[in-house]
Amino acid sequence: MQTIFALATARGKSGVAVLRISGPEAHDVARLLCGDLPGPGRFALRDLRDAAGEVLDEALVLRFDAPRSFTGEDTVELQTHGSLAVIRAVEAAIAATGLARLAEPGEFTRRALLNGNLDLAQVEGLSDLLAAETEGQRRQAQSLFSGAMRAFVEETRRDLLRAAALIEATIDFADEDVPVDVSPEVGALIAGVIASIDGQLGGFAGADRLRTGFEVAIVGPPNAGKSTLLNRIAGRDIAITSEIAGTTRDILEVRVDLDGLPVTFLDMAGLRESEDRLEQIGVARARERAERADLRILLQDGAAGGDPFDPGLAVELTYRTKSDLTGEGVSGLTGEGVDRILSDVSARLGERVSDGTIASHERHRHAMAAARRSLGLAERAFAEGQGAEIIAYHLRDGLAALDSLIGRVDVEAVLGEIFAQFCIGK
Amino acid sequence: MKHDRFDVIVIGGGHAGAEAAHAAARAGARTALVTMERAKIGVMSCNPAIGGLGKGHLVREIDAMGGIMGLAADRSGIQFRLLNRRKGPAVRGPRTQSDRALYKAAIQDLLAGQPNLSILEGEVADLIVEGGRAAGVRLADGSDIPAAAVVLTTGTFLRGVIHIGDRKMEGGRMGDRPSQRLAERLDALTLPLGRLKTGTPPRLRSSSIAWDGLELQPADDEPTLFSFLSRAPSVRQISCGITHTNEKTHEIITANLSRSAMYGGHIEGVGPRYCPSIEDKVVRFADKGSHQIFLEPEGLESDVVYPNGISTSLPEDVQADYVHSIAGLEQAEILQPGYAIEYDYVDPQALDASLELPALRGLFLAGQINGTTGYEEAAAQGLMAGLNAARQARGEGPVILGRSDAYIGVLIDDLVTRGVSEPYRMFTSRAEYRLTLRADNADQRLTALADGLGLIDERRRAAFGAKMERLEDGRAVLESMRFTPREVAETGIHVNQDGQRRNGMDLLAFPGVTPADLSPLIPALDDMDPDIREQLAIEALYKTYVDRQSRDVEALRRDENQAIPDAFAYGEIGGLSNELRGKLERIRPRTLAQAGRIDGMTPAALALILTRIRQDERRRA
Repeated sequence: MQTIFALATARGKSGVAVLRISGPEAHDVARLLCGDLPGPGRFALRDLRDAAGEVLDEALVLRFDAPRSFTGEDTVELQTHGSLAVIRAVEAAIAATGLARLAEPGEFTRRALLNGNLDLAQVEGLSDLLAAETEGQRRQAQSLFSGAMRAFVEETRRDLLRAAALIEATIDFADEDVPVDVSPEVGALIAGVIASIDGQLGGFAGADRLRTGFEVAIVGPPNAGKSTLLNRIAGRDIAITSEIAGTTRDILEVRVDLDGLPVTFLDMAGLRESEDRLEQIGVARARERAERADLRILLQDGAAGGDPFDPGLAVELTYRTKSDLTGEGVSGLTGEGVDRILSDVSARLGERVSDGTIASHERHRHAMAAARRSLGLAERAFAEGQGAEIIAYHLRDGLAALDSLIGRVDVEAVLGEIFAQFCIGK
Repeated sequence: MKHDRFDVIVIGGGHAGAEAAHAAARAGARTALVTMERAKIGVMSCNPAIGGLGKGHLVREIDAMGGIMGLAADRSGIQFRLLNRRKGPAVRGPRTQSDRALYKAAIQDLLAGQPNLSILEGEVADLIVEGGRAAGVRLADGSDIPAAAVVLTTGTFLRGVIHIGDRKMEGGRMGDRPSQRLAERLDALTLPLGRLKTGTPPRLRSSSIAWDGLELQPADDEPTLFSFLSRAPSVRQISCGITHTNEKTHEIITANLSRSAMYGGHIEGVGPRYCPSIEDKVVRFADKGSHQIFLEPEGLESDVVYPNGISTSLPEDVQADYVHSIAGLEQAEILQPGYAIEYDYVDPQALDASLELPALRGLFLAGQINGTTGYEEAAAQGLMAGLNAARQARGEGPVILGRSDAYIGVLIDDLVTRGVSEPYRMFTSRAEYRLTLRADNADQRLTALADGLGLIDERRRAAFGAKMERLEDGRAVLESMRFTPREVAETGIHVNQDGQRRNGMDLLAFPGVTPADLSPLIPALDDMDPDIREQLAIEALYKTYVDRQSRDVEALRRDENQAIPDAFAYGEIGGLSNELRGKLERIRPRTLAQAGRIDGMTPAALALILTRIRQDERRRA
């Protein structure tokens, strides 16, 4: 394994920049630059010098010894002054030792995974954390990064292992002093795990959206004030507004942080029949996008008389606009009622995000759905009175699927559970 | 003095040795079995029973490959019972009590009748090593027996120590001498050794037991035998007695714990969790007021009873006290005290999958010396070690059964890949492909393969061929007839009226549907032999799962097909923890799948290994 290095902070002018060196020769590389290293897990102030002995910068040098580092390898971090020239000079001096190469993107994290310092779900959590923009995203990513998935798998696994051990005990130790009828406990254990998984799968859509962002479509008849509302939400003129119906053809997006939720509002063409080819395309796209959105707001033109407009699709929230003209409803122009719209949207979307949901990536959903399927089959085999070996088969599949979230299954674990529980041996 | 040269020498006449010698001779090697005492070949040193769950599967497989354990068990069986009879056929395990004397006689008779096989009496003092290979054995009388390959099956004789309370003596079994010189020879190979222990109960005089008040466990009315060649038990069937320990028994044991060899600190070896001593049971499961004991007669004519469930290393006076506290045993006479035995085993991770020792080519190890317990586990290894020794002697490559082929494959793969931390015993839950690897289809899985290896005699070949033909015919009948849901419903079988026509096998797969239920629709079923009907019903029951498992097997095969080169340099792969690297270098897995089964292996590490293999391949290409 080669020793790698990279700038860990953003490149640019700043107070401090951090350069990280990791790998079997990380300590040697650092010694060539700064002489003596501090003890393991300690830091010290040192002059960094190039091969010619010229001082490049004064830096704080932090030493980590394997496996107690982020990557699990020997690591040194150099905190230098955040100057472009200093960073370039130190990078050049590290490369000049010939002992380390520049890291590829994500390589430190990959090594942490290979060395078992992080599990797969934690790597996903770390990547989410680095990308988090809102408070909700930060909280969700932090939970995944701190090992919530491992905790979930270990808890459900413990119950399934117990169920599998009970079943296997009746099979492999039929002539021993083991309980004969284990069905009530096994049934309860399987049902409990199914409920936990269902909880995760039920919260998945919300958690996935929290990670990637919600979409809220603003729909309504032409000239209802959709673009005016969008501009008001954005706090600047994004959409062209005019009294001319059909001004908006393309779909315009504004991304905002709504009480910690990442929400993209979509402004789109007014939904109406039109002779204009361009407008027709705009309307078709609007309709399609609105149907895919997580939430739809219908704006009714408060100044237009007659029957309320029928958008031809299901909407969750409806407002009358142009209160600046009519005195009632909301107005994008004056801002009246816009806070109410935003808090309504926030409340509706907030309901979909449940705190306990860890499953936020498609990979999680896939593995949990597979486990759910196997456990469903186990439950059915159980209800139909099929053989213990069939139930055990499905349980084993379910365990493997859950384990794929973080690790692997092992028959020794099942046997260990049996021997801990029962006095086996005539 | 120099003896004739043999192809294969088997050291030891226990269950591994007997099966190894017989298999080597069947495979065409000139074979010698060397044992200290000819009369002790085939002795059952522990409890007088063969088979059980997982173990019964092993015996069926040994038999399907032409081995002798199943035949000997059938000739000596005095209480055949099919365990898990009321559970699915995949987890049913044939078992029998055996008459010790009859079992031993059967084994000796079967060995005597095998061409190519000589039995030599003598103490093996040393191995002959030539050019870094095992090349025969040297006896204690100074004579040499040269051979192309040697199979070592010396059980618990490596530094065996017997404990009764605080008394201890050297020996591999009660009344036998340990083989110290051979042990020193193995020491010189600096093999990784571990220490295990196992226990036996006191043996009781049958006529001193008050049988009248005891619960009896009879043999099955319709006995299930081991060998595919057997039809009925050879001798009279008997019952075992059942009694229980009680509070008084436990009090006596608790009060004397410090005098137990195990609890007094005299024993360092690790015992099996599934066969704990009575001291262990009382300590570890203190809330249990009583433990079950099976009183197993050791034979039809024998006055010895083996009380299964109270193995111990307490002193003799305590053994007498606690035995007498048990219902039915108040007056029981102890013929031989129970004892614990500690012994060295060779870490089986030092073996390759053919059971050969890479540290000394030409030497194969089988049985308890590899850390297993049980006659069946020993015999299964003996069969494969004997076969592979013979093949090596004849210049042929080794035969390795996979985990998806047989319990034997599971056993050996577990041993050489994962090693043991307690005496290893087979369980059905160790087999991932349990629904496919059944006792009932061991012949279908293995007999044709064994025939190709020369292990099958004419009689078995003919019987197997005839059975396959009858099965094929029966299957054809069931598959050729198709019925509408209405026709099916008229016979009283519940079926969805979905318009779909189903054949006989489909209908047999319905939960609860038996061949008898189908006879109104398929009258030919009545004419089929009952064993064929039964076999087809089992096939139908598991058909969907077998199909699914065979897809899993395909996935496994891909990894099994990814060979890891012999000289693969794990040291050059970064990112492997030192612990994993150490294990990989010690075990040297043959395939990526085997590497995946090493304890503590991670998917990430497997990916690293695979990447490295691919890189090496590209570099060479």
